[in-house]
Amino acid sequence: MIRKWGFVAAMAVVAMLGIQIAHAETVLRLGNGDEPETLDPAKSETVVSFNILQDAFEGLVMFGPKGEVAPGTAEKWEISDDGKTYTFHLRTNAKWSNGDPVTANDFVSSWHRALDPKTNSPYAYYLDVVQGVHDFRTGKNTDANSIGIKAIDDHTVQIALNEPTPYFLSMLRLSVTYPTPKAVVDKFGDQWIKPGNIVSNGAYMVSEWTPNASVTLVKNPHYYDASKVKIDKVVYYPISDEAEELKRYKAGELDITYSDVAPDQIPALKKSNPKELRIYPYFGTYYYAFNTRKKPFDNPKLRRALSMAIDRDLITKKITLGGEIPAYGFVPPGVAGYTPQKTDFASMRQQQRVAEAKKIMKELGYSESNPLKLEILYNTSDKHKKIAIAIQDMWKQIGIDVTLTNAEFKVVRDRAHKGDFDVLRVGWIGDYVDPTTFTDIGLSDSEQNDAKYNNPKFDELERGQAKIADTKKRFAHIQAAERILLKDLPNMPIYYYVSPRMVSLKVKNWNPSPLDYHPTRWLSLSEK
Amino acid sequence: MFRYFIRRLGGAIPTLFLITAASFFLMRLAPGGPFDKERRLPREIEENLRRAYHLDEPLWRQFLRYLNGLLHGDMGPSFKYKDHSVAELIAGGFPTSMQLGGAAILLALLIGLFLGIAAAFRQNSLVDYTASGTSLVGIAIPSFVIAPICTLVFGLYLGWTPVGGWGGFTHAILPVVVLCLPVIAAVTRLIRASMIEVLNSNFIRTARAKGMPERITLTRHAIRAALLPVVSYLGPAIANTITGSIIVEQIFSIPGIGRYFVQAATDRDYTLVMGVTIFYGAIIISCNLLADLCYGFLDPKVRYD
Repeated sequence: MIRKWGFVAAMAVVAMLGIQIAHAETVLRLGNGDEPETLDPAKSETVVSFNILQDAFEGLVMFGPKGEVAPGTAEKWEISDDGKTYTFHLRTNAKWSNGDPVTANDFVSSWHRALDPKTNSPYAYYLDVVQGVHDFRTGKNTDANSIGIKAIDDHTVQIALNEPTPYFLSMLRLSVTYPTPKAVVDKFGDQWIKPGNIVSNGAYMVSEWTPNASVTLVKNPHYYDASKVKIDKVVYYPISDEAEELKRYKAGELDITYSDVAPDQIPALKKSNPKELRIYPYFGTYYYAFNTRKKPFDNPKLRRALSMAIDRDLITKKITLGGEIPAYGFVPPGVAGYTPQKTDFASMRQQQRVAEAKKIMKELGYSESNPLKLEILYNTSDKHKKIAIAIQDMWKQIGIDVTLTNAEFKVVRDRAHKGDFDVLRVGWIGDYVDPTTFTDIGLSDSEQNDAKYNNPKFDELERGQAKIADTKKRFAHIQAAERILLKDLPNMPIYYYVSPRMVSLKVKNWNPSPLDYHPTRWLSLSEK
Repeated sequence: MFRYFIRRLGGAIPTLFLITAASFFLMRLAPGGPFDKERRLPREIEENLRRAYHLDEPLWRQFLRYLNGLLHGDMGPSFKYKDHSVAELIAGGFPTSMQLGGAAILLALLIGLFLGIAAAFRQNSLVDYTASGTSLVGIAIPSFVIAPICTLVFGLYLGWTPVGGWGGFTHAILPVVVLCLPVIAAVTRLIRASMIEVLNSNFIRTARAKGMPERITLTRHAIRAALLPVVSYLGPAIANTITGSIIVEQIFSIPGIGRYFVQAATDRDYTLVMGVTIFYGAIIISCNLLADLCYGFLDPKVRYD
């Protein structure tokens, strides 16, 4: 009798195991910081929504396993000799999640929609490098066919640019360039992105979306490479509190975290979870902008003194703690072929810099009885505060009286736009891997030019680079422009970003990527 | 009583109008707008967006437009969450907030009434000191302290409950407990104080003198009278709890509407701020009305006219 029951029990265990193996669905659970503002590729503007969109949709090219430009819906392409015409050949087996083929016309109609002023895409200007886009999106020309994107046949897309733009492929990975299903958009209008309606062409498709709870994607069975997609389901959780996110990771509720691990957690995690804490360079610069329209910050000499007095090593080694790189240039390292430029005081020792800074302050007429008074404006955050306090102290050493002001983000941006500040904290992450995504900030008409820097010589150099097709010559040109920025120092670079996050040991093939994008289709999960 | 009800409803309309007007204009006084972001939009795109949301019109006209929409049941599109209307977001989040808050209120009432009554009966005993002491702690420790401690201890170290998220019964345990602690504390203290007062009052002495059994004196007369202050406290407390706690929802990642109060304000999502404020106002008004109506059942001295 006992033997019999034992047998039954054993069978039951085997059966249960069998069921479990058969149903072992692989699920990747990702922290994603915040609720996505939209799932419409044309309207997306944050990393949060982009992370989801790059799994659900696929542009002509995509982020490869190491963040490189990899073929997407286009399997190959040719670039004309003058660098201004790109011809993309689409995969003949590319399909939408409803089984319809993805055609060249899908790309053309999606671009027409995304760039239409009525769509109100915040990223439309991003494609100004393409012929006709600027006039169309600003309403100067209402003919959508004037845009330089054409369908040569069902599987060939041709794009014409204003100037040779060597980083154009890198740009094509952002969501505003993705195809959207015209029939579905026409049928459902603004509701087309809701689960049940949405149709996408990426490795995954949206199955559930509960605002502020999660977005769930499941494998798209019609995806051309579906057999190679290893993870069945991806869930994105909008967790805004970094400490809670870390706790949920430690409790095994998440596989990868989104928010930067807080500096004060890094030393402990380096000891307790050294293999899971992944810190890699991130293509961004943390800097302070000077209000160059306001006296005395219009004086490059003063800006130089202020910049020299900052001990960047101390900030990265004692405060940020993630292995950030002290920045003496504006363009972060990581662009192949581009030599990052440095200010001339980069090679000095800190003591020498401080001595020199003191000398300049004296020359400019400041003294103990007549100190320079200034305000540092930053958005409320623990890290920004610690850095600002350190800088306050460093500037005190050269006789400056610093007030710190923190405000909520919108207030800081409002004051920045109005030019109502002395010194402003800014962080900038590149949109694509090219030095101009940073140097363009110095252009007098750039929306990002918080310093309100205006140097015609710089503008001329910076604009001139776009016409140069040869990368080596072009980079030399940009390097010269960057040197002007570093001589005038409208913005004082402090450090280059790193991205510290937790990645479970279960997650395989997760590689560092300069823009920190990791499409799920390259990842897989295993038991430890 | 019906007339009273109608009169109160009529009185709610100007109150709601004032709430709407005050939050509309106060919101616009805050510096920065919905389209001020790290990446500044090109001027023509920003202007286009402002036009699409009618932000280019004079403020009074925007206000009238908003009121008109409101009368037609339209709270407008959210500025930040472009794929959702404000009504959709509130309708999506409120059931969660209500489940969570409702469970917390019920649990708090059960525990609070029990503790408070026990403490009143055994005045200055160990039971009393324990109940009063615990409730003092419940009031004194804010939820932004207790919630992270709970996730750390019960979620991470002991592994009894999930650390965060929303889904099943286990997800609800910690947030319900954290939400109900201050309510338990308040109910315990209120009921203890009023119970002591009632027990010393004349009508209880009369009941006892007439030889009514102690059990009936307590359940039929004392408790009923002692509940009055709790009922007036519960009106706003229920409104507060079921519309979601900003801190609890943030820390436990719960998809309720409490998070929108703060997030929408920092995002300058004008319509969403207005929507949740008006919704909250309406709930408070209804809960207060219900509390007032309950008075009539509990206290024969109350007349509605």
